Amino acid sequence: MLDRINIAYSQIDKAHKLLGRRINVMEVCGTHTVSVFRAGLREAFPKGLKLLSGPGCPVCVTDQGYIDVVLSLAERDDCLIATYGDMIRVPGRKGSLERKADRGNIKIILSAQDALNLAKQNPGKKVLFVAVGFETTAPATAIVVNEAMQQGIKNLFIFSNHKLVVPAMQALLLDKNNKIDAFLCPGHVSVIIGSDAYKPVVEQFKKPCVVAGFEPMQIIEALAEICRQIVDGKPQACSLYSAVVTGAGNKTAQKIIEETFDAVDGYWRGLGQINKSTLKLKEKFSSLDAEKHFKVEFIPQEDITGCRCGQVLCGLIDPPECGLFAKSCTPDTPVGPCMVSSEGACAAWFKYARRKRQK
Amino acid sequence: MSANDKILLAHGGGGRLTDELIRNVILSTLGNYSLNKLTDSAEIKIGQTNVCFTTDSFVVKPLFFNGGDIGKLAVCGTINDLAVSGSKPLVLSLSLILEEGLEIEVLRKVLHSAARAAKEENVEIVCGDTKVVEAGSADKLFINTSGIGLKLLKADIGFERIAAGDKIIVSGTIGDHGMTIMSHREGMKFESEMKSDCGSVAQICANVIDALGEDIKFMRDPTRGGLAATLNEIVNQIELGIEIQESQIPVNPTVKAAADMLGFDILEIANEGKVVIVVSAQKAQKCLEICKQCEKGKEAATIGQVVKNGEPLVELVTKIKGRRIVQMPYGRELPRIC
Repeated sequence: MLDRINIAYSQIDKAHKLLGRRINVMEVCGTHTVSVFRAGLREAFPKGLKLLSGPGCPVCVTDQGYIDVVLSLAERDDCLIATYGDMIRVPGRKGSLERKADRGNIKIILSAQDALNLAKQNPGKKVLFVAVGFETTAPATAIVVNEAMQQGIKNLFIFSNHKLVVPAMQALLLDKNNKIDAFLCPGHVSVIIGSDAYKPVVEQFKKPCVVAGFEPMQIIEALAEICRQIVDGKPQACSLYSAVVTGAGNKTAQKIIEETFDAVDGYWRGLGQINKSTLKLKEKFSSLDAEKHFKVEFIPQEDITGCRCGQVLCGLIDPPECGLFAKSCTPDTPVGPCMVSSEGACAAWFKYARRKRQK
Repeated sequence: MSANDKILLAHGGGGRLTDELIRNVILSTLGNYSLNKLTDSAEIKIGQTNVCFTTDSFVVKPLFFNGGDIGKLAVCGTINDLAVSGSKPLVLSLSLILEEGLEIEVLRKVLHSAARAAKEENVEIVCGDTKVVEAGSADKLFINTSGIGLKLLKADIGFERIAAGDKIIVSGTIGDHGMTIMSHREGMKFESEMKSDCGSVAQICANVIDALGEDIKFMRDPTRGGLAATLNEIVNQIELGIEIQESQIPVNPTVKAAADMLGFDILEIANEGKVVIVVSAQKAQKCLEICKQCEKGKEAATIGQVVKNGEPLVELVTKIKGRRIVQMPYGRELPRIC
């Protein structure tokens, strides 16, 4: 294994010399962020390569305004909130779901199906499904939406804030301050959308987009492949995770997403409004649409004062550059979502990177 | 902690919030010389005899799991706290909190299992208590056990005895208990391939102390919070660092795969039949051999050492020769595993 690592590192060195500067690769996916830290890769890499954490953690990119709406609905006695675990500790303006959990109406679920089951088991309650995530979780939400319609379920409401990865990558590259030379593309999302989905990014911006698995060796070799493409001057959209990610992706999942949702302009923390980047339920499912039923609308909100999560997830700064990091903002007392989510860059940095211990 | 704060599940997770609750609320009210030490059991002198005394409550869900049940866990958990303190477990108490509606047959099964575990370890359950609460006020069955052990004459165990260069040994694969419970709850299909390590480490502890005496510097069973919590508890007390090698840590591949799939760090996953031993470098090899001779220590391994360089941190050297720190877990991920 160490031989393979050395070969990969020499490829990185070669690209570094050719460019005459450091190569910045953005890992789009939060699972990659965590894998990189857990394996101690950041400290082991050649100095000529830097990884920037990207907007691939669903909790982190969720706008503050959305969280505030969920918190306000959590105060209603007739509502059960069905949410993935990572969302419960994100602070809003009025506390967090975890701090409200003592009323017993916050239910942590592992899949969209659990939200449907919760609605069936609690016919007297309105179940609000906090539907966040990328193309990985959107198909499961879509299946549940269709099942709930067919079964005539009247007490399940979907608050959809599913996000699309490719529009975000394009938005990042359109920012003239961006430092990104290439993308390490997410394994799970790419199973659904396929590696061909990144072709528009490569064509428009000439940046390599390489899909990798989550084992440290797979990540190292994907970075070497990126460097090879930079040296050859031939950026491509490709997958080194070929056992699971194909060029075309999962057509069935793509189809159900298309049939259930419309891609609309949506707000992202840090990135602002991005065209056709957010999935909302189609008109025919409006009876299940939480925004319509509860007549709520989320208005994008400024981040909490001093929190620089927005810049962290655009790869503009490393977490320690934020003035709150490891001071007032820690995993026990998170200020921003990147410190809350187990896949957030700040949480990973806090947990795994070496720094002076705070007593 | 302010007056308005409430108990969160994470306060019971064995991580940082548990530590905060113990220090800021419990010790500030009840603290005394013995309690403040936060050791696995208190050491008390009765006449000329040193005894260890400890207590533990068990609320695991589900009550029955592959490799054990709440009865066996309640007996072995307290035995282990006595054993890692360098004592020979003698007697236990066992108290029950039962929810109205619990099937007597379930209780009977749990008690049989507790009795079997106690008999295997030559420990007698000598007193107990039974309370019943209304349906909904408890979840089926909770157990508290307390135990008394006779301090072994050769044992000289304490954080203060740990020195740079000492080796860290773990008595077998890590994470088996926590991942078995979590997979069970989440209905994962490889559940059947995993088995909790729920069991006693008394034999291992007694054998290494008998053979190596004061060369055994410290022992602890890495339960809630796993290896990560135990190693951090050590560095917090000694102002030295610990360096461990990922490639040396024994892990069942199925358990590792399940942890990866659910996004858990295997170092933070609970064990219920393992012991971490800090031993002098000179006797580390001997200690490992003794562990391996025990039925429950066959997969023991030396995973790292105490180091004196810079800060008191736990550092992991990864398989690809990267380095990262291992922190005290937050505690939220693992409710009611013991």
